Order: sequence, then C-alpha cells, then structure tokens
Amino acid sequence: MRRFFLIAPPFAWLLLLFLVPFVIVVKISLSDAALAIPPYVPKFSWAEGIGTYFSQLDFENFTFLTEDDLYWKAYLSSLKIATVSTILTLLVGYPMAYGMARASSEWRPTLMMLVILPFWTSFLIRVYAWMGILSNEGFLNQFLLWTGIIDTPLIILNTNTAVYIGIVYTYLPFMILPIYSALERLDGSLIEAAEDLGCSRLTAFWLVTIPLSKTGIIAGCFLVFIPTLGEFVIPSLLGGSNSLMIGKVLWEEFFSNRDWPVASAVAVILLLILIIPIVLFQRNQQKQQEAEQ
Amino acid sequence: MNKTSWFNVVSLTLGFAFLYIPMIILIIFSFNESKLVTVWAGFSTKWYGELLHNEAFLNAAWVTIKVAVFSSTIATVLGTMAAYVLVRGGRFMGRTLFSGMIYAPLVMPEVITGLSLLLLFIGIGLDRGVLTIVLAHSTFSMCYVSVVVSSRLVTFDRSLEEAALDLGCSAAQAFRLVTLPIIAPAVISGWLLAFTLSLDDLVIASFTTGPSATTLPIRIFSAVRLGVSPEINALSTIMIAIVTFGVITASLITKHQMVRQKREEQEAVRS
Repeated sequence: MRRFFLIAPPFAWLLLLFLVPFVIVVKISLSDAALAIPPYVPKFSWAEGIGTYFSQLDFENFTFLTEDDLYWKAYLSSLKIATVSTILTLLVGYPMAYGMARASSEWRPTLMMLVILPFWTSFLIRVYAWMGILSNEGFLNQFLLWTGIIDTPLIILNTNTAVYIGIVYTYLPFMILPIYSALERLDGSLIEAAEDLGCSRLTAFWLVTIPLSKTGIIAGCFLVFIPTLGEFVIPSLLGGSNSLMIGKVLWEEFFSNRDWPVASAVAVILLLILIIPIVLFQRNQQKQQEAEQ
Repeated sequence: MNKTSWFNVVSLTLGFAFLYIPMIILIIFSFNESKLVTVWAGFSTKWYGELLHNEAFLNAAWVTIKVAVFSSTIATVLGTMAAYVLVRGGRFMGRTLFSGMIYAPLVMPEVITGLSLLLLFIGIGLDRGVLTIVLAHSTFSMCYVSVVVSSRLVTFDRSLEEAALDLGCSAAQAFRLVTLPIIAPAVISGWLLAFTLSLDDLVIASFTTGPSATTLPIRIFSAVRLGVSPEINALSTIMIAIVTFGVITASLITKHQMVRQKREEQEAVRS
C-alpha cells in the first residue's frame, strides 16, 4: 500500500502531462482548421460515437503535408543538417575526448570542468555569441580581412554554414562526455600490446581504441542527432530564410499561420521519424549498462 | 594512459579555444562604449547600468526565477520518487510504460513537448501564465532528476538499508536516516540541473506561457531576433558569471569531500 503512494504521484503526473497531451496532438492532427478559438473543429464527440468518428477520418492534414513540397523539403533538409552536423561534431569531439582521456590525472578534473561549464551556460546565449562573430562586419570577417586571407567579407550568418557551426558549438559537450567516459575506462595495456605485436600507432588506434570506444561514439552521435532534428533556436537565429528545419516550420505554422491541425500533423510525423533513432539509442544504452555490470 | 603527445595538446587547445573564444568576445564587448557591438570604442559599464533600469528585463528575470524555483522543487520531489520506484520498486503494473515516460521526454524535441502541453492546457481550459510554465518545466525536469538520482541509487550498497531495518528502523526512518543522506548529493545536483534547465528554456516556455508571464529567455530571444545589442551582451555576461561561479564552487566542494572521504577511509584502515 505504501508503495502505491510512492508510485502514484509521478506516474499520474506523467500520464496527465506527458501521455495525454500526445493523444491530444494526434487527435487535433486529424481535425479541421477553423477560424475559431481554439482554431480547429473537434471532429470527435461522444454523442456521435466512436464509429462515426472513425468513418469520417480523412487524414487531410497529412495529405496536405505531402502535397505542399515545403514540408517534405523541410524534413529532408532537417535530416541532412542533423546528419552532417553530427559527423562534424564527432570529428571535433573525438580528438578532444581522446586528449582528455590521455591527459595526466591532475589535469583531468579541470578539463572535465571546462567541458561541463558551457553545458550549464544558457543555450540561447551561446547561440547569440556567434551572431556577433559570423555577421558581415563580425569578428571573423574583421580578422580574416586583417590577415589578408580574404578581400571581401564572407557571408556566413543566415546560411546553413552558420547553422552547422552553431550546432557543433552547442552540442559539442554531449559528444565529448560519453566518448570520454568510454575512453577513460579503456585499458591502456591493450594498446601497448597491439603496438608490441607490431601495430603502428595509427593501426593500433584504428583496430583497438576505436572499436572499444564504440558505445561512447554511438551514444554521443545520438545525443547530438536526435535533438538537432527538431532544433528551433539555432536555425532561427543563425540560419537564413532558406535554411529549412522542421522545428522552425512547426513553430511558424503554429505561431504565425495559426494552423493548429497542420502543426500537430507536422509534430506527429517528426515523432514517427524520431522513433527509429530513439529505439536504437535506448538499445545502445542498455548494452552499455549490461557491459558495465 | 599517461602519454601527452603534441597531437593531444593541439587538439585540446584548439577545441577549448573553439568553446571559449565566442564567450570571451561576448564578455569583452559587454564593456564596450559604443552601441555597435563589433567595433571597440573604449571601456564602459554603461550597458550594465541601463540593464538595471530596464523594467521589462527585470520583470522577466523575476518571473524566470520564480518558475525555476517552483518547477525544480516539484521536479526534484517527483523525480526522486520516480527514481526510487524504478530502482527499488520491483515489478508493478505499468512499469514499462512508466520507465518509457521517464526516458522519452529526455529525447523529445522541445517543439513537440511544448505544442502538446499547450494543447492540453487549452483543452482543459487552464489560463496560461506562470502556473502553466511551472507545470511544463516540472514535467520534463523530473525526468532529468530521476536519471541523475537513479544512477546514484544503482551504485549504492543496499545492505546499509537492510541493516537499518534489521536494527528496528521503520521503512520511512531508514529512508530518512540512511538512504537520503547517501543520495543527497545526487538529489542536490538533480535540483540544480532542473533549475538550470528551467532558466534556460525558451521553446517550451514560449508555447505554454500567456500574455501575463514573459520569461527571460523569451525576452532575450525577441530582442536578439532584431540583431546583436550590447545590453544583451551585458545580461549574458552576468548569467555566465553566475554559472561559472556555481560550477567552480560545486567542483571545489566535491573535490574537498573526496579528499576528506579518502582521509577518513585511511584513518579507518589504520585504526
């Protein structure tokens, strides 16, 4: 009985504020838009019964999404931006995690703190910091003009390049931390053994270090990829009108066009796309936990 | 692994330069005299002064702090309960659903969480404002708290609890006198994490708020959309300073505790 009182509050809270809202999103994605408050016509009423409700379903918001090429272009471009920036983050993050794991033990807590500090700093501020750097008269252009590398300022702000830089910058700690914790556990004598057996340092790295840090790499990649796919702040501050991302489309559909049924349909499809990486991520985490025990 | 090669030094230096130079530039230019953020015109603290007289920012900051305190406290209580249930609860009906609901919000895009909560609040006719933001923030923060606390609960020796029960404690006493002190650091860091997440959140707050409550991130976002401004730089610098102070203090305290624990262990071995 006492256990019931421990389980019930968080359980009920999550049911009411997490699960029920999703059911509502799915329901509204099947409704019609209307000029009313709230701006949709609820198609379901208990009086008519469930039978008529299902017979009247027409998925027209979803067919609308396939007809207007804005939406599938936005999904594709979100997938592309998320994939490319995950790879870029891995390329920047892995050497850093590797360097941290190889640093002397007096240095490690300090390095760790230096990685965690940006993670606690406001996301919005970190994205904002790049606006002053990447703009036409920003610091990057000033610096490059001063050194004479370029003659005319580069246009970076309001392009996809700026979005990539923003994502790599803000999500870097999510990539470094799981890889670092995998590398830190790695037994150094294995690499020495590989080298003794005639491997060059590079082959030893490729054949021993990389495979043994695989779970960390996978975890880091998903931790970057999954939230990036629905990212809103970075494309709207650093990207231009042509950096399409689905999070931004959903936001505008909701706040500017006030078309709630279409916004809900956009959310439902985004969720369906995310199910695959989320399941893979969970499986990777479970495998890692089992390996630790 | 104690080899320091030039490659590691270079990659760490470049990496940390990438992480910190943007913030350092931001801080330097908050002390700029000129309205133009990218041109240095001499040292001045006038933007900090203007910030102190900006009613809109001060109000938003107050709303944000209220929301963060309430939501992180609710999230810590619920999240600790959830962690305890998941680690110690054994089997019960709906366990899979429960753990699914704990982990799903961690990876859910904010736009979806925000949209779905807003539709719920409208559906049940709740006026949007501070209360709805608190409810929304408590919901996703409790999942983070529960992950932090359960990772501590997993590693701790259960026989300590059993010993307390054998010695005549009630289950509630055992929790209060044995379990809680041991998991306290995790509970505190869970609260801090929930607090920071709430301070930082733009997307979910934008969806769930009404005209009566504007949080600091919402205010910053609408100002930043129009371009870079030295006032925002000043505000950012203050926020970065607070976080830096917090993180450094926390890491010094943990270091101190670890040293003390080690010394106590050594003394116990000697005696």
